[in-house]
Amino acid sequence: MSGRWLGRVNTMFRFGVALDPGAGGRLVRVAVLTYIGGLVLLPLAALTQHGLAGGLAALWESIQAPGARHALWLTLWTAGLMTLINALMGTATAWVLVRYRFSGRAMLSTLVDLPFAIPTLVTGVMLVILYGPRGLMGTWFHDLGIKIAFAPPGILLALLFVTLPFVVRAVEPVLLEQDPAEEEAARTLGAGSFTIFRSVLLPPLLPAILSGSVRSFARALAEFGSIVVVSGNIPYKTLTAPVFIFGEIEAGAPQSAAAVSLVLLLLAIVLTYAGRMLERLAGVRHV
Amino acid sequence: MSIRVSHLNKRFGDFIAVNDVSLEVASGELVAFLGPSGSGKSTILRIIAGLEQADSGSVFFANQPADHLHARARGVGFVFQHYALFRHMTVANNIAFGLRVRGLGRSAQNRRVGELLDLMGLHGLGQRYPNQLSGGQRQRVALARALAPEPQVLLLDEPFGAVDARVREELRHWLRRLHDDVHITSIFVTHDQEEAFSVADKVIVINQGRVEQAASPAEILDHPATEFVARFIGEANVYDGIVQAGQIAVGKLHVPACGLPDGTSASAVLRFYDLKFWREEAGIARVIRTMTLGDRVKVEAVIDDGPVIYSQFPRRSSLLAGIEPGCRIQIEITLARLYPHGDLPLQ
Repeated sequence: MSGRWLGRVNTMFRFGVALDPGAGGRLVRVAVLTYIGGLVLLPLAALTQHGLAGGLAALWESIQAPGARHALWLTLWTAGLMTLINALMGTATAWVLVRYRFSGRAMLSTLVDLPFAIPTLVTGVMLVILYGPRGLMGTWFHDLGIKIAFAPPGILLALLFVTLPFVVRAVEPVLLEQDPAEEEAARTLGAGSFTIFRSVLLPPLLPAILSGSVRSFARALAEFGSIVVVSGNIPYKTLTAPVFIFGEIEAGAPQSAAAVSLVLLLLAIVLTYAGRMLERLAGVRHV
Repeated sequence: MSIRVSHLNKRFGDFIAVNDVSLEVASGELVAFLGPSGSGKSTILRIIAGLEQADSGSVFFANQPADHLHARARGVGFVFQHYALFRHMTVANNIAFGLRVRGLGRSAQNRRVGELLDLMGLHGLGQRYPNQLSGGQRQRVALARALAPEPQVLLLDEPFGAVDARVREELRHWLRRLHDDVHITSIFVTHDQEEAFSVADKVIVINQGRVEQAASPAEILDHPATEFVARFIGEANVYDGIVQAGQIAVGKLHVPACGLPDGTSASAVLRFYDLKFWREEAGIARVIRTMTLGDRVKVEAVIDDGPVIYSQFPRRSSLLAGIEPGCRIQIEITLARLYPHGDLPLQ
């Protein structure tokens, strides 16, 4: 009985045949569209309207204010650097998880997912305890003259922590699909290791690596909880855009907050779209 | 180019995959490695290709040792069971891959790709991607890709295992014709005896990491060298027994054991088609059922005081007259092979 039912669900997914929607189908569709539309689109519209209330010139001026500009720049470069590291290490991690069998593999996989389950504030607290001026690693790095907590390296670490799964989980399914015999075929055809990597392994992985990277970059632009704890929030030094927005709201400057928010919003929309395109290229998304 | 393998050994952990294998393939020959799955035949092929490292033993190409050569330098074309085509490349780019890594010019690449597309009956499919092709087409692309750099040796690992029966038949035909055209030294691995016998010049039967017999298809069918070959090739009844008065008793059936001294423990191997059944009330067996297999009929019977025995007849055979479930039959053995235990077979 249940087997037959499962078979039916399977067929549905495979051939994209929906269940007969039955009576009231239109009502459900309208309700869902209204719900999602109201929940997502209305706030977007409100922010856009608010941010543009003083005209484009006023918006530009708010973004150009030194505090805002520095916060945006800090957020962009830390997120960018984090994305590069993620692309590299995330792909390597996925490779190890898929291609090798070793004790501790299941644990590694669990560890990769763990950052998503930990409240980001807790992440910040952990990092401060470890890398703070009196922390275990903190004192060690301090003696070397390197400051981690309350400095950009701390921000970078926090971002790497909270975005850990993105690239790994994007690349993993594509790697699983790859037949190791393709590499062997390339070898018997005379290709060296580098050629095999560049023309056999990498091309099918690239969309997945990029989509995972884009997702982690977008996530990093929004990161607040861990950074507010670990960065120290020093204006012009370690104040990131999301924390800056929060500060402006607290300080009663909603115009400035809205302007910077609008920039982040715009980036988020572009990145979401790019992510979707790349996922379709990687063959992991069909809608 | 001739291939010689001498005293090859390979273990995977506790499992002995290849056990002191030596064999020879003459230049221009088409040879089949035939054996059940897990017999080590693919491992031997992969060691020849340089994809696997032997624990000991040597591989020679044209009498030159090749053990130190990396897979990429052996000049071997390899075809994999599941095609292993590069999914992100077009058919033409797949075929050109081996030419491209060798630094061949664009126009020469294109010319060779065009030739191979024609040779393989893939004309007009050059710009397709592998997932737009049928299984048979994919395997022909894989074959074309392996042949493009004009290798000295072509190795095929269960090349027709992943396609349906009709396409398999067609691909066998292709391989045989291709070999007759280009005369490249070729080895293919298969567990399908019909495939081995219909395509290869020489069949090497491999079991549990050892070579059981290396000979022409006719020789293997007519003179199986070991009990394993006799059991594995063609369908056979196998009975263990002890020789008494020059024969082994299998229930009421007496298998002649000429030449074996009384008291010898041996296996009697009776091919299905080396037995004759006919209806006779005073017979020594009772028919249980008959199965129609296309142009042949398989008959299952129980020997009085003995085990089950099978035979096989052409569908229109006069011997089948009156044979039906429940009837009594007489059995005649046209050819029996005996393999004394723990000893070499007697001819």
